Amino acid sequence: MSQFDQSFSAGLAARHRQGRIFEFVCAASTWFALLALAVLIGGIAWQAFGWLDWQYLTSFDSRFPERAGILAGLWGSLWLILFTAIFSVPIGIGAAIYLEEYARPGLMTRIIQINLSNLAGIPSIVYGILGLTVFVKMFGAFDPPGVLDVSLGIVTLHIPLPLGRTVLAGSLTLTLLVLPVIIIASQEALRAVPPSLRHASYALGATQWQTIRNQVLPSAMPGVLTGVILALSRAVGEAAPLIMIGALTYVAFTPGDIVNPVDLVRNPQGVAEAPFGTFTAIPIQVFNWVSRPKVEYQHVAAAGSLVLLALLLLMNGTAIFIRNRFQKRIRW
Amino acid sequence: MSVAEAPAEADPAGRVPQPLIRSSSLLRAREQAIRLVLFLCALLSVATTVGIVLILVDETIVAIPPDTAFFQNVSLWEFLTETRWTPQYAEKHFGILPLVCGTLLVAGIAALIGIPVGLASAIYLSEYSSPRARGLIKPVLEILAGIPTVVYGYFALVFVTPYVLRPIFQDLLGFHVSVFNAASAGIVVGIMIIPMISSLSEDVLRAVPQGLREAGYALGSTKFDVSVKIVVPGALSGILASFLLAISRAIGETMAVTIAAGQHPKLTLNPFESIETMTAYIVNVSLGDTPAGTIEYKSLYAVALVLFVMTLSMNILSQFILRRYREVYQ
Repeated sequence: MSQFDQSFSAGLAARHRQGRIFEFVCAASTWFALLALAVLIGGIAWQAFGWLDWQYLTSFDSRFPERAGILAGLWGSLWLILFTAIFSVPIGIGAAIYLEEYARPGLMTRIIQINLSNLAGIPSIVYGILGLTVFVKMFGAFDPPGVLDVSLGIVTLHIPLPLGRTVLAGSLTLTLLVLPVIIIASQEALRAVPPSLRHASYALGATQWQTIRNQVLPSAMPGVLTGVILALSRAVGEAAPLIMIGALTYVAFTPGDIVNPVDLVRNPQGVAEAPFGTFTAIPIQVFNWVSRPKVEYQHVAAAGSLVLLALLLLMNGTAIFIRNRFQKRIRW
Repeated sequence: MSVAEAPAEADPAGRVPQPLIRSSSLLRAREQAIRLVLFLCALLSVATTVGIVLILVDETIVAIPPDTAFFQNVSLWEFLTETRWTPQYAEKHFGILPLVCGTLLVAGIAALIGIPVGLASAIYLSEYSSPRARGLIKPVLEILAGIPTVVYGYFALVFVTPYVLRPIFQDLLGFHVSVFNAASAGIVVGIMIIPMISSLSEDVLRAVPQGLREAGYALGSTKFDVSVKIVVPGALSGILASFLLAISRAIGETMAVTIAAGQHPKLTLNPFESIETMTAYIVNVSLGDTPAGTIEYKSLYAVALVLFVMTLSMNILSQFILRRYREVYQ
């Protein structure tokens, strides 16, 4: 054995030991993260045990912890998701289509693209400040405040100007917050559609828009929808921007006084008023309960967190389902 | 009568055939209109940034008269060097340092936890784990990133402080641990940024070509040598970028620190004391009944401007590192 081989083998055992320790540390770190998740969810479930029941889901907030419920926050959050989706999905997909299909490389495109990745990193509370000025106060342009009545046959919309602390103002603020996420996810989905599909469509005489609408967009839809749902589930958990725009913390009513899914059909005027009503949301209620001194409210807050996590699980589950369901059909 | 003037005959479906030239110019107009609408959608993102900057600058640096801006009432020098932040007291002091200190304290603790754990788990997932384990672990880790931050705040207040910090640091080591403290907030924010670091870093680690690893093995390297001396340096720009993004996220994190870190702006590095971060200050002002137009209310915008500049510069730096130092593999 040469001298080199000897020195090599002499250190070998130590080097292998070093390698094993390193692997253990890396594995332990991964397990630490997974354990933290388990403790977090387990701890909250433990604290919420016995508090999350039907009464909790169907009651308003109360000064008595055992009577407090999540009803106002639940409806507030549902209305917020609905309107955020209505605004953000078309605009987000539209912007992604422009950037992927139409935009030519140039200064403007680069500015938009760089701006997008920076927007995704801006703290959500800053969006709240933007929403406060643009949607809640509307730059102070309407002084004194007015109401715009729009009659739609069976129902009348009473649109306050400025929008004030309404569901609509909250949804528009959340829309600006989630748009960058939706645009970036949709861009990735559009980019994954092979160019040959577009070429085939052009070869058959389709225009660019016809190609996009009938070929590119349907193929990219699973990816787009997954991104949309993930972005919306981020919006559901946000409290900071909503607190900024002045969502209420103690509320004993729901937007449009709709407290029951049946009311959606029975009370069309209520549905028309919901977007212009003041509101609260689940994360805001949880925040409010955590801040109260009475110890029992910790359990109420835990139950609220659990409802929020369940809602997120439902949304993410849907995203995964959509991805798996549609991905199998398309093979390039 | 020439052919061109002949009345157009309806086809069986009742449609009158249009001359190709006219329908195509209509079609072209429609294409242009759609293109314009989509362009406006994309432009909205730029408008958002412009809007944020204008609003923050309008309240802090230059105001439309008769309003006055924050820095017309408080000098920039006082804002940056004064060590007290007491807008609600009779004797008002507007020194941003305590809030910046609180923010950096929480972000620093978060980085101490998130960066090593995130990077180590990225190395584990990319270099050691089987593809099947990775397929299972990665989505579960992503759940951590999706949990709302109020829930993290709740967890910090109700679990981390009484069951982790107090037994170890108060009962065992003799520090005084407040109910609200920077450490508990920092720990949960650190847990929150783990998936961000591990997911982004794992992507860049896996992008290092297999050939480099095999070359390392051929020279007699162990797996440890290959991971630490070849793969990590090869992906360093992406790893650093993920650190910066995660720290920027920790700086901008709001609800968890508002709940768990307290409301006492203090220039301290003691992690067991109650402090206040910039984001928590903004939330507390907007929750309170400070009338709009007062100097206290405008201080909210000044703090937001500092927050915006800090997070934006970290994001830009992270993109710069990615672009400038990226190793390009063929």
